[in-house]
Amino acid sequence: MATVPHFQEELDHLKARLLEMGGLAEDRVRSAIRALVDRDLSLVEQVLGGDTPINQLHIEIDSRCVKLLALHQPMAVDLRSILSAVKINTDLERVGDLAINIAEAALRYLGHAPVKELIDIPRMADIAHGMLRDALDAFVKRDVALAQEVLDADDALDALKTQVFRELLTYMLQDPHTIEPSLDLILVSRHLERIGDHATNIAEDVIFMVSARDVRHHAH
Amino acid sequence: MSTLATALQARPEPPAVAEAGRPCKIAVRDLHFHYGPKRALENISLDIPANLVTAFIGPSGCGKSTFLRTLNRMNDIIAGTRVEGSVKIDGQDIYGGGLDVVALRRRVGMVFQKSNPFPKSIFENVAYGVRLNGLAKGRSELQGRVEESLRQAAIWDEVKDRLHESALALSGGQQQRLCIARALAVKPDVLLMDEPASALDPIATQRIEELIYQLKSTYTIVIVTHNMQQAARVSDRTAFFWLGRLVEVGPTDRIFTNPSEKLTEDYVTGRFG
Repeated sequence: MATVPHFQEELDHLKARLLEMGGLAEDRVRSAIRALVDRDLSLVEQVLGGDTPINQLHIEIDSRCVKLLALHQPMAVDLRSILSAVKINTDLERVGDLAINIAEAALRYLGHAPVKELIDIPRMADIAHGMLRDALDAFVKRDVALAQEVLDADDALDALKTQVFRELLTYMLQDPHTIEPSLDLILVSRHLERIGDHATNIAEDVIFMVSARDVRHHAH
Repeated sequence: MSTLATALQARPEPPAVAEAGRPCKIAVRDLHFHYGPKRALENISLDIPANLVTAFIGPSGCGKSTFLRTLNRMNDIIAGTRVEGSVKIDGQDIYGGGLDVVALRRRVGMVFQKSNPFPKSIFENVAYGVRLNGLAKGRSELQGRVEESLRQAAIWDEVKDRLHESALALSGGQQQRLCIARALAVKPDVLLMDEPASALDPIATQRIEELIYQLKSTYTIVIVTHNMQQAARVSDRTAFFWLGRLVEVGPTDRIFTNPSEKLTEDYVTGRFG
């Protein structure tokens, strides 16, 4: 007889599926940004056409959560884990959607001459990507300190977004032909900033899951 | 028309195969059951698939235990009872003529609410049915069968060093697992469990529930429970009984998240019962 009750197995399975979803979302963001930076049209199309697995996982994970809640009436940390999984699932699905939005902006941007060399956007992508990875690591390891680092990293991402806005504004003022592609770059930076917000949400959920503290909206 | 009448009218005929890919182990058709003049079960048709756990739920007096006992003719021992309809196990009607009821009860084992070990040693409790049915040749085969059964019932490690002590010295949870070992020792196909954990504390209950989960790969298990959460946790399929009728049966996750019948929903959400 297994020593682990099968409820625990189901919880572990849920966690594994959520991580798989996280991995997919991360990959898609990375690909969308690389497609933009490398001006790689085929990669753009790959991102645009590839969100079926993530959508299927989105549905599967939610239905696992509903089933676990309905059939096992989990309590305390188990209850918080499943509630967090539902919310993290939504955040990851949104990250997947934002990867699509970035790819759409990239598709339009590639129809124009480059406005400038892209420096801050890849930097933003690195930060957003790192936040997402750390948030998921914190989820796996139940690591509140790492989750807190994710929350702290969000300010840097917001500052970079403001900087991108400001810089692109100067290009647009100089030459109206750059307005359209600049707007797409601004959108990309906005999408990356939103990805950071989703990573922040995940980190907040991890803190709630582990320590039952609600740190959202600075409620300590 | 009452809600129940509507529900019953809307209820489709059970499919020939109860669960996709699972053969039907027990097929019940048009079953009526009477205790003297009182009708306890009315027109039950239900398929129980092999190697799954099927739970019967419903308020007290709804007929779920009575129905469970019709599956190995345990009601026969109550005077004045009457059965109509058919219960086929592997295609054979157990209420047809010429059936050996003792052999039936060996194939369809039963575990009761209150553990009822014989006032004998742990070993003898398990060996008894094996000997009685002549299922082991010689001492070593008997010992092997006893050990195998105790292992299957997840109690071997706790009793292996005191097999010849009285079974009555065991805790309630251990006694119940011993009774499960005793039922398994005669190699049944089907295990009927009537509130097997209702007299146990939460830890012992969890062990029984895990045991049920482990056993279903080998046995077809039918469990009656008044504890809805237990039905949700351990079963693959759930049947809801009300006033002697089968209101709804389906996959457990559907019954507890999206039942088809208003009555079932009212019961699982605690609005009555």
